[in-house]
Amino acid sequence: MSFLYLASIGRIEEELLLFLEARLGEVFGLQVGRLHPFVEPSYAFDPIRGQYSSVALMRQLIEICPDGARLLGITEKDLFIPVLSFVFGQAQLNGRLAVVSLARLHQEFYRLAPDPAILEQRALKESMHELGHTFGLVHCPERSCPMSLATNIRQLDLKKTQWCVSCEIMLREAMGQSR
Amino acid sequence: MKNQWEILVVDDEEVMRESLAAWLKEDGYTVDTAASGHEAIEKAGEKDYAIYFIDLKMPGGIDGIETMMQIRKLHRDASIIIITAYATVDTAIAAMKEGAQEYIVKPCNLEEISLLVTRILKVKTLQRENAMLKKRLTKTYTLNDIVSKNPRMQEIFQLIRDVANLRSTVLIQGESGTGKELIARAIHSSSDRANMPFVGVSCAALAETLLESELFGYEKGAFTGATTQKKGKFEQAHGGTLFLDEIGDISPKLQMDLLRVLQERSFYRVGGSEEIRVDVRVIAATNVNLQEAVRNGRFRDDLYYRLNVINIRIPPLRERLEDIPLLARHFIERLSVEIGKDVEDISENALQLLLSHDWPGNVRELENCIERAMVTCRSRILTRADFAFLAKEDEGRDPWFVPAITLQELEKQAIESAIKRSRGNIKEAAAQLGIERSTLYDKIKKYEIMR
Repeated sequence: MSFLYLASIGRIEEELLLFLEARLGEVFGLQVGRLHPFVEPSYAFDPIRGQYSSVALMRQLIEICPDGARLLGITEKDLFIPVLSFVFGQAQLNGRLAVVSLARLHQEFYRLAPDPAILEQRALKESMHELGHTFGLVHCPERSCPMSLATNIRQLDLKKTQWCVSCEIMLREAMGQSR
Repeated sequence: MKNQWEILVVDDEEVMRESLAAWLKEDGYTVDTAASGHEAIEKAGEKDYAIYFIDLKMPGGIDGIETMMQIRKLHRDASIIIITAYATVDTAIAAMKEGAQEYIVKPCNLEEISLLVTRILKVKTLQRENAMLKKRLTKTYTLNDIVSKNPRMQEIFQLIRDVANLRSTVLIQGESGTGKELIARAIHSSSDRANMPFVGVSCAALAETLLESELFGYEKGAFTGATTQKKGKFEQAHGGTLFLDEIGDISPKLQMDLLRVLQERSFYRVGGSEEIRVDVRVIAATNVNLQEAVRNGRFRDDLYYRLNVINIRIPPLRERLEDIPLLARHFIERLSVEIGKDVEDISENALQLLLSHDWPGNVRELENCIERAMVTCRSRILTRADFAFLAKEDEGRDPWFVPAITLQELEKQAIESAIKRSRGNIKEAAAQLGIERSTLYDKIKKYEIMR
C-alpha cells in the first residue's frame, strides 16, 4: 500500500494542501495524490454540541477511500467523539483512514494573529500523528515525537516533525510489511 | 508497557462505546467492550480488567451502579470510572459510595481522561512491580508465574493441580534452562505444604561425602571439623518439600541411601545412631535421560521407579515456539523494573529473529538474551539490531569444528571423550563409538589412554 490520498472536506487553503502533500510524501515515502474536494460535511453536524462528529465523517470517508490506499481527510470543522469535548483528529488504528481538523490549529482560535507558517507546522504534525496510527503506531511517551498525545495546542507545538527513534523503527517495520 | 493493561468500556450506545475504545487503543491499551451491564459482568467473570469505564444510564434492568456493584463482587479492588451525561450530585455521591474510583461527565476533556487513566495505571504498575520484586525475593512462585500457552505446558499445569496435594514423589525431566525448579516451586506453592519449607539441593554441585552430610546432616564428631550437630536438608524440609536437582549425577552409594529414605521415610545422620523420621515430599529433577542411565547401569532402577511416580517432562523451548513472544514480553516487563531501563516492547522483526533461533539453553538463554539486548538498546523498543549478537552466535556455531591434526590423534581424542562421557564405563564408551569392547581395549592400549 504505497499510495496516500489527501481530501479536503469543505474549503481548505490550496497552499496548505500543497505543503502537506509535499511534506507527507517525504515523511512517509509514499506517493501522494489528491481526491476531489468534498462538500461541507453538514451530515456530521451535531446541533447540540455545535461541532462535527468525526465518527460520522470517517464513515463517509470509508465509502470513497480508493482500494489499497490510505486517505487523509482535512477539514476546518471542529471535530468531536461523543465522550470527549473535542479531538484534533482521528484515525483507524492499523487501518486506512485518518481525518484532521484544522479548527483548533489556527492562531485565531486562541485569539492570536493569524500565522500561516505555524498552521502549516501544526497541520503537518497532526497529520503525521493520525497517519502514524494507520501504521499501527500508538501514543508515544516522548513529548517531542509526533506520536505523543497532545491534549492541548501547547503540547502540539512542543512536538517536532521528526519521529523519535522507537517510532521511526516501528514505522519502518510497519511500512515494510504494508508495501 | 501499556498494552499489558486491558480496559473494559461498557456503554449501550455503540458510537459512544466504540469511539472511546478506539481512542484508548490509540493510546496503546488493549480494549474490550460490552454493550450492556450483563455482558460486562460476564466478561469481568472471565478476567479482571485494569480499568472499567461504565456508563451510568443503561437500559435492560441493570444500570451503571448495579453493574459496578456486581463487578466489585467479582474483583474487590476493581478500578471503575463511571461516565454520565447528566451530572447530578446525588448520582455522583451514589457512585462514589459504591466504590467508583472516579466519576466523569461527558463530554470530558481529553486531558482529564488521559490523566485519570495514567494515574490509575501508575498505582497498578507500582503494585505489580512490588508483587514481582517480592516474588523474586521470596521465590514463592505459583502456576500463574509460569508463562506459557503451549498445550503440552497446559497439560503439565493441570497435572500439577491434580497432584499438588499428594505426597507422591515427582520426577521433573527437561533440558537445562527449561525451568525445572520453577515447576517444583509451583507444585509446592499449589500444595497443602505451601506454608512449610521448600528446600532445594543441587546434587551435582557437591562431592559425594559433602552431599551425604548436606542431605542427612551429621552428629558432632562424625568427622574432622564436625564440631556441632547439623541438621540435613531432609530435616530442614520436614513438613514441606525437598527439591533434589540434577538427581542423575548422584553416586551409587547415595542412590541407595536415598532409596532407603524414600521407602522408610526415615534415616540416620552421618555418624549418628538415632533414627530420624521425616514427612517430606521429594521432587527430583534431571536433565539427563534417567531411563537410559538405568539401562546403562548408572542409575538404580528401584530408585528410578520410586522417583518416577509422577513424571513431568518439560518440552524444550524450540518445541514451544509460540511461547517466545509471551516470554520475551514477560522478561522485558520484569527486567525493565530490575535493571531500571524503560523498555516497552519488542519489534516484530526482532521476534522473528528470536523465533528462528534454536535456543539450546532454553528459557534461561532467552532471558539472558533479552537482558543483554535491554542493557545495550537505545530506544524503547527492542529491535532486530539489538539482537545482532544472537545472529553472530548462530553463524559462529560450527557443529563440528576439526582442528588440523592427524587421523590417529583425532581417533585418540574421540576415544578419550567417549570414556569421559561414560565415566569410565568401557561398554558404554564402545557403544558410543560404534566399536566392539575388545577393539576399544586394543585402542586404549595403543594410545596409552588413562581410564
